[in-house]
Amino acid sequence: MNLLKLSWKNLTNKPLNMLLSLVLFGLGVGLISLLLVLNDQLQEKFEKNLAGVDLVIGAKGSPLQLILSSMYHIDAPTGNIPIEAATPFLRDGHPIIETSIPLSLGDSHRGFRVVGTEPEILDLYNAQMAEGQMWEKTMEVVAGAAVADELGLKIGDTFKSSHGFDQNEDLIHEDAESFIIVGILAPTGSVIDQLLLTRFSSPWAVHEHGHEEDDPDHEGHSHDDHDHEGHDHGDSEHRHDHSSGTEEPYPEDLLAYKDKQITSILVKFKGHNIQALNMQRAINENTEMQAATPAIEINRLYALMGTGTKALRWLAIVIIIVSGLSIFISLYSSLKERRYELALMRVMGASRGRLLALIILEGLLLAVLGYLLGMTLSHGAMYLLADQMKETYQYTFSWTNFLIEEAYLLGGALLIGLVAALIPALQVQGMDISDTLADG
Amino acid sequence: MLKTENLGYAYAGSPPLRFPNIDCAKGEHWLVLGESGSGKTTLLHLLGGLLSPKEGRIVLGDTEMNQLSRSALDQFRGQHIGIIFQTAHFVQSLSVGDNLALAQSLAGMKVNRERIRELLSRLGLEHKLRSKPSQLSVGEKQRASIAQAIINQPAVILADEPTSALDDSNCKQVIELLEEQAQAVDATLLVVTHDARLKDHISHQISID
Repeated sequence: MNLLKLSWKNLTNKPLNMLLSLVLFGLGVGLISLLLVLNDQLQEKFEKNLAGVDLVIGAKGSPLQLILSSMYHIDAPTGNIPIEAATPFLRDGHPIIETSIPLSLGDSHRGFRVVGTEPEILDLYNAQMAEGQMWEKTMEVVAGAAVADELGLKIGDTFKSSHGFDQNEDLIHEDAESFIIVGILAPTGSVIDQLLLTRFSSPWAVHEHGHEEDDPDHEGHSHDDHDHEGHDHGDSEHRHDHSSGTEEPYPEDLLAYKDKQITSILVKFKGHNIQALNMQRAINENTEMQAATPAIEINRLYALMGTGTKALRWLAIVIIIVSGLSIFISLYSSLKERRYELALMRVMGASRGRLLALIILEGLLLAVLGYLLGMTLSHGAMYLLADQMKETYQYTFSWTNFLIEEAYLLGGALLIGLVAALIPALQVQGMDISDTLADG
Repeated sequence: MLKTENLGYAYAGSPPLRFPNIDCAKGEHWLVLGESGSGKTTLLHLLGGLLSPKEGRIVLGDTEMNQLSRSALDQFRGQHIGIIFQTAHFVQSLSVGDNLALAQSLAGMKVNRERIRELLSRLGLEHKLRSKPSQLSVGEKQRASIAQAIINQPAVILADEPTSALDDSNCKQVIELLEEQAQAVDATLLVVTHDARLKDHISHQISID
């Protein structure tokens, strides 16, 4: 009979004591592991989606909101900006801007955002076409890999978008022309996987149909009836001359439509010189627009999240200490009850070292089982959370990702098990068998 | 086989205890008689290597026990000495069979399930192989503790007051069982007791005052 089997039998002989220690330990480990995994995946998403963007220009409002809506697509936009005002930043040959990508937000399809933009957005996220081709005309769509997968989209499929970012059948643009899928992207692991990309002019085309409420034959709903977050297509005039989809309603380049609006611009600088650094301040002080630096805003977000995370982490540490104490109490009290049998084991030939190893093994066994329970709880919670977060934010979170920090957590768990078992173990080592048996 | 010379022990604050020399041959059965407080249990613990004598020596076979290191003594005790205590002690989380297997394992011997089954059957406890110690009656516990003491076929069996709490009929049964089992493994049996009823059963006797 080996020590491991004996330790296991001793622990399971008092199942309720063991369960209490395990649940406490599992909760502490699970909470820390969940925080680590969640934090890691959020950071990875945030960092991957920075995509080298140095500056985001949009309507005045919260800079964090501008970053979250334009780069991470998890918040409502701050508003729209006129193309006329944005032209200096969108024009080719800017001395300090390497790339600038316009974005028009406001519509979605079954929870996935429809983004009017330029084809260069693919380079920003290193996205490759998996099948089909890039859009050439208004209403043609290239679907991100996750959207295509989730909605089962194929080349040639059509859909009508709906206002805003919520799934609401009542908000579908029934009267607008349908979007048509012409391309599907290969997965990148970035936010682009979650987007339906289309030509910059598509949101204008959809919006204009929605404003045909004056037309007595048009039974569609009015955009003005919908007051919902994030919906502002930003056109300032109505055009009703595109009815078939075969005729391109906006044949010119974006900058030709100076009276129209877009939501934001993603800017990548050529280099980080003083002019580049000053650009944000210059825009904020001298224009009706705002400019925000993603890295700064994301750090601010981390700091905001950090307070809550820190509090939870301390709570988890306290739970682990309490669970360590519970292992100690459980071993200590069980040893008091088991002193005769431990003395008997000495009589049967067990050395002091063997008894020391037995008690320490019981502590370690509890720690390992508690750790395994904690891992199961944390990754199980991540599995449930991943589904919920995907539903809310369209981001994919993995419950199967294990971190090296979780291996360190096992080391910490073993250390706590060892420390909790050490005092009872040393007490057993110093036990006088003759005295103990004479008492019995 | 088992020999003591000038054995003495002293508890702190108490007068020293001195014990008569013992010289038991292999397979002999001895009775050590003495009143309460005479040091019978101390003698048994000295012979079992649970206490170290302050003076004198204990020799079992060719081994002078008080010359052994602590860990060597533990191993030696497990392999060569079986002890039956006044109160039967078991590892409560293990079945009767596993308690015997543990005794084999702790003595550094290979676990022999066949021998365990055979021994329990000899003691009328085969049906209790998988029972927990708490499920045994007093008599069954006593027999199980005898099994525990002889499972490793020790050279010496030491029994501490095995009959003092029993009526005449049970006293006779237990001492006969002990002698029979000691004989079966060809062990030297040394019974430490104040129970005068045993005088009629075991001829070799020593008294301690």
